[in-house]
Amino acid sequence: MQHKIDVPETSSTLSVKPSGQATTAQLQEERSIIEVENVDFYYGSNHALKSINVEIPEKKATAFIGPSGCGKTTLLRCLNRMNDLVLNTRLTGSIKLDSKDIYDPSTDVINLRRRVGMIFQKWNPFPKSIYENVVYGLRIVGVSNRSLLDEVAEKSLRRAALWDEVKENLNKSATDLSGGQQQRLCIARALAVEPEVLLMDEPCSALDPISTAKIEELIHELKDTFTIVIVTHNMQQAARCADRTAFFYLGELIEVGETGKLFTAPEKRQTEDYITGRFG
Amino acid sequence: MVEPANIEKRLSDNRRFDTIFAVIGLISTFVGMITLAALLFDLSTDGLGRISFQFFTSFPSRFASQAGILSAWVGTTLVMIVTALTAIPMGVGAGVYLEEYAPKNWFTGLIEINIANLAGVPSIVYGLMALGLFVYQFRFGQSILSAGLTLALLILPIVIVATRESIRAVPSSMREAAYALGATQWQTTRDHVLPYSMGGILTGVIISLSRAIGETAPLITIGALTFIAFLPDPPIKGEFPFVSFDWLWSPFSVMPIQMFNWVSRPQQEFHLNAAATGLVLMVMTLLMNGIAIYFRYRFRKRIKW
Repeated sequence: MQHKIDVPETSSTLSVKPSGQATTAQLQEERSIIEVENVDFYYGSNHALKSINVEIPEKKATAFIGPSGCGKTTLLRCLNRMNDLVLNTRLTGSIKLDSKDIYDPSTDVINLRRRVGMIFQKWNPFPKSIYENVVYGLRIVGVSNRSLLDEVAEKSLRRAALWDEVKENLNKSATDLSGGQQQRLCIARALAVEPEVLLMDEPCSALDPISTAKIEELIHELKDTFTIVIVTHNMQQAARCADRTAFFYLGELIEVGETGKLFTAPEKRQTEDYITGRFG
Repeated sequence: MVEPANIEKRLSDNRRFDTIFAVIGLISTFVGMITLAALLFDLSTDGLGRISFQFFTSFPSRFASQAGILSAWVGTTLVMIVTALTAIPMGVGAGVYLEEYAPKNWFTGLIEINIANLAGVPSIVYGLMALGLFVYQFRFGQSILSAGLTLALLILPIVIVATRESIRAVPSSMREAAYALGATQWQTTRDHVLPYSMGGILTGVIISLSRAIGETAPLITIGALTFIAFLPDPPIKGEFPFVSFDWLWSPFSVMPIQMFNWVSRPQQEFHLNAAATGLVLMVMTLLMNGIAIYFRYRFRKRIKW
């Protein structure tokens, strides 16, 4: 059951090469921004992730799929050290962002989280105005220049495809928006600090189909500028949004590959069973 | 199998029990309400006649009709200022630390249990401790400062518990949102946790102050005067540096002690004065609780998740 992941020192490919298959030339050109190497993760004595090796290509969308409890959200939350906030957790192995281990004691976690932003399953705007939500990431680093803040607010809201809906009401409370709008506001808030990577933890699982479509469209646009990692329960969503997909099961990474290939010609039996709906 | 007839009987029994419980609950509620109303009525019939402008601007006197509560309400106000200025920052600080910063281990567990216990310690015990510590050890004397600090210690556990409860009500998704944007722990606390829990904290603070305002035993223990015919040094002066803290060292009396003093006199007229003082104290307490309710309402209305 152990899948070996070959990470050649010389090349910076993202690829997993099970059974020695060569990666395509197209993939060779890509650079991985995040490299997860031999990561084991524990909640107390619960072994949640088992020797995970995966690379996240830069400026692509990568989806993590798998049944509940498979570890996909846990891995996502390791990528910006959000799991530091959970008591009694332990990680071994290394996760590198731009070849630098983010679990190294010298890592500045605050700075890491500014480089690796996060969107949560349940939208969580602050109970403040729309404007204050978007610029919060700038305020905490001491930006108070009103015209700069205005500029960033507009740019971020435009990127999150929310500007036209809220431009008249920037001082309205964020919690008065609809669920889909609130989630896009959270995306705008994360984009305002110009992260390199955007982690999305089931961003549409509580949204209606129209809001979901808007966010998926947004992911398509954003991945030209940002690296996106999205956890989803919805396999159609992974198929629609992601360039690459990783399938997790019981804390192990079963298979990772180009999305089209993973869904049409999976190499592992478990992947095939899951995507054809035999379990999960 | 249960017979259908038995089920019928069971159901009607259940319904009867429901009714009985509702009636008992209603009676219990009324006992509390009626007692409060009777108390207010009793104090009003005795004391209302004594309440006048002169009552608030006169010192106590040998003549009941000329006696007032000037030194008592000034004393109460100044003691409360000291209490609030010490108990609020310490209590809120401790609550924030325990909830947001402290590691969860046996030691913080021990601290938590201790704070819960402190809230239940009889107030006179605080008085004894304050007599030894503030009055004699620190040589603060039988002063407003000693009294304010004593009452601050008394309500500290209540403020801590109220702070923690309202902080705990802030969803962790708010903290996660802030951390995910690169906020530090202090920024998260200052910008989110504290503002969103402010309604609950203020409510707890005011409720605890309204408890402190009526405390008598610990202040008698540390030596509050029962008869005082002068005011403390004023805190604001006409000449440089314009503020003075001499009042902190001044002897004092407070309203409940003034009441106690008048009640213990044989003359009926003084009992009327005591009732009037009690009425003022009650109105002050109810007013403070009213403010607490208003704060809670306002902050709850403004913040929704």
